[in-house]
Amino acid sequence: MEQHDHSSSPHDAPHTVSYVTYLLIWLALVMLTGLTVALAGVDLGRWIIITALTIASIKTMLVLEVFMHLKFEDKTFRLFVLVACVTFAIFITLTFFDYAFA
Amino acid sequence: MAIASAVPVSVEPDFYHTKTKYKGILGWIFTTDHKRIGILYLVTMLVFFFTAATLGVLMRLEMLTPGRTFVDAQTYNTFFTLHGIMMIFLFIIPGLPAVFGNFLMPIMIGAKDVFFPRLNLLSWWLFLFGGIFALVSVFLPGGAADTGWTFYVPYSVRTSTNVIPALSAAFILGFSSILTGLNFITTIHRMRAPGMTWFRMPLFVWSLYSTAWIQVLATPIIGITLLLIAIERWFGVGIFDPTLGGDPVLYQHLFWIYSHPAVYIMILPGLGVVSEILPVFARRTIFGYKFIAFSSLAIAFVGSLVWAHHMFTVGMSNTGMFVFSFLTFLVSIPSAIKVFNWIATLYKGSIEISAPLLFILSFIIQFCIGGFTGLILGTLAINIHVQDTYFVVGHFHYVMFGGTGFGLFAALHYWYPKMFGKMYKQAPAYISWFLATVGFNLLYFPMFVLGYEGMPRRYYDYLPEFQTVHQIATVGSWILYAGIVVMFVNLVVSLWRGEKATANPWGGETLEWKVPSPPPLENFDEIPVVTTGPYDYSKYEKAAQEVK
Amino acid sequence: MSSHAAEAAPHGHTHRDDVGSKMGMWLFLFTELILFGGMFIVYAVYRYMHQAEFHLAATELDRLVGTVNTIVLLTSSLTVAMSITAIQEGKKSLAMFLVGMTLVLALAFLVNKYFEWDHKFTVGLYPGSPELVNKPQGVVLYFGLYYVMTGLHALHVIIGMVVLAVMMGFIRTGTIHKGSYVRLEAGALYWHLVDIIWIFLFPLFYLLH
Repeated sequence: MEQHDHSSSPHDAPHTVSYVTYLLIWLALVMLTGLTVALAGVDLGRWIIITALTIASIKTMLVLEVFMHLKFEDKTFRLFVLVACVTFAIFITLTFFDYAFA
Repeated sequence: MAIASAVPVSVEPDFYHTKTKYKGILGWIFTTDHKRIGILYLVTMLVFFFTAATLGVLMRLEMLTPGRTFVDAQTYNTFFTLHGIMMIFLFIIPGLPAVFGNFLMPIMIGAKDVFFPRLNLLSWWLFLFGGIFALVSVFLPGGAADTGWTFYVPYSVRTSTNVIPALSAAFILGFSSILTGLNFITTIHRMRAPGMTWFRMPLFVWSLYSTAWIQVLATPIIGITLLLIAIERWFGVGIFDPTLGGDPVLYQHLFWIYSHPAVYIMILPGLGVVSEILPVFARRTIFGYKFIAFSSLAIAFVGSLVWAHHMFTVGMSNTGMFVFSFLTFLVSIPSAIKVFNWIATLYKGSIEISAPLLFILSFIIQFCIGGFTGLILGTLAINIHVQDTYFVVGHFHYVMFGGTGFGLFAALHYWYPKMFGKMYKQAPAYISWFLATVGFNLLYFPMFVLGYEGMPRRYYDYLPEFQTVHQIATVGSWILYAGIVVMFVNLVVSLWRGEKATANPWGGETLEWKVPSPPPLENFDEIPVVTTGPYDYSKYEKAAQEVK
Repeated sequence: MSSHAAEAAPHGHTHRDDVGSKMGMWLFLFTELILFGGMFIVYAVYRYMHQAEFHLAATELDRLVGTVNTIVLLTSSLTVAMSITAIQEGKKSLAMFLVGMTLVLALAFLVNKYFEWDHKFTVGLYPGSPELVNKPQGVVLYFGLYYVMTGLHALHVIIGMVVLAVMMGFIRTGTIHKGSYVRLEAGALYWHLVDIIWIFLFPLFYLLH
């Protein structure tokens, strides 16, 4: 674990994210929303779900990393998020072993 | 663990006698002390256990003769539903983690309490309310739920009995379980004493850690699933009801996504108790510490991938069946790793027979029978034959009761002196072990025979040729119940009559034996500094070698 | 990892451990994530079984209303995130203003949602309505899920609003201040999770025609 991780003592300088960074991330999120809405009008066939979910995932990454400070937290947190997401991915994949081959 | 080895003569009073903010009963139900909360869980849980066990004995009594023996079919349905809900949600799931985990885990890692003490109290309150909901659902007009503990749709959407209160009970209890899990993970990550590295943690703590992750990640699925049934009943929203296009099999998937990992919530802490008790009475350093620790995580992980083996007869796709059958076999690998390591620990040990060890030995044998019959059930071809028969009932009782239940009895006898500061009488403890083991096997082994010959589970009636075997099982239930009664009478009487226990009556090496019995309010006068792993019995091993 | 926790632990209870508090909050967020995850599994399976009907049903939803609500919620996430920077800089009234803005935006989201549901009810698209029962089963399932998932999400919006309102009170009374603001962080984390769930609900219900 890195040296900077002394967040357990509150008086050590906490990581402060500037307002500008937040605003830029927000702008990116709004633009991605615009993109996904615009793409919804295009006939992409079966790719429509994949593109929509990919854009949603990118937006989620931005929220997680910056708004939720995952980027600046203890590394354990990132591992936790990974475990939770992998667990959910396994649940849905294994369920589809039934439905996709029925 | 090689901390200052002299048992401290603490001047502080134990936690029972430390002045609390509130007096009397309020000092208990508003406590945030992890030890008191552990005792609260123990008492509430035992009340539910005895209720559910009595229902179980009544069910067996009804099966004494074909047709009606003393209750009608609807009452029998209620019996097995309540027996299941109470045993699973109110006894085995909270059993070891909430009682012994709460009481011991902070001490074992050298902490003064859990990370979120108030949340811990909230968990107990939710547990209590959930239990009350389950009991109230029995007496409300409409009749007790008769769906079985699985709440399968569409029946659970259509039956007129009190399904909603029973669902609410399970939902609230799930929430309680989640909060305990969340608390334990945070505590284990953030509050270990200096020097208490991950690989110096007692194996019981490792098993609690694995369990806590399942509690956090799998329980919400049952929460939402039960909520969806409630919404379907209240508002007539089409979700699982086939008349509205829903898929009842999807309900079963969601139910088992939680409920199969839930059996690992039930068994993992039991496996942890075995790893904790064996080295103490074999006077040997545990064999394969890291294998046992990682096998807990592996069981938690692989155990989350096998849920659909409960559904091999619902018309799943062949690919799905192959995948889930294969994954089911994989669970046996980490489980077997544990058993081999336990046996290797006993080998050439200086074994000292005692009540906790006897329960553990029964555990290992019964767990193996439960595990092997699990492999039989995981085999697709055989599963089709014995699905929903007494074979399944026998299998899961061997794992859940023969395993976790006996693990809990062992834990109770092992940590009793620490928790209550008293020693129980040995002879009645041995008798209770003998009766419980004989009764247990007499009760559940015949079920394998019944199931193999085609006796379906949950049936009120049966063919005359099954009667002899049913009667053997019923007699077994009486012996088992007698054993449990002897055990608890002994333990309760010893609270008053028992001799005062020393800090370390068994010669344990983990941290809880370094503090007085019962421990003082803050566990340690000074947070210990840990320098070696748990179960350091090298001095005994050396002595044993010299004798040779 | 181990060495760190071992160093942090001796302070035990006497020392505040914000990382631990946040860890607990994150674990709680996972339970919320999996809770909605269960519904996403139901959605995925039914969508797979009734693809054409899900496409048909999705045309009933107003894409504009959904887009507006998405932007409203994203902006509310922005303001609550900024409130943490404000409190770190010791700007108490700015922090309160930003949390207040979040609450206003949350309310706007709910009002918008109310009118949307209300409109659905007027045209007879609600669970058990004669209009809906006569539609194909895939459409019935779609609307069942629509009401349950957006309804449960709205419930989380309301819970989040209560939490943030309490945090606003804490900032006012000085319980949350420059040196101690982990509660505000926890409240904000919860709010961002509500946002993330909407980020997925929006395309799944409004955009996949």
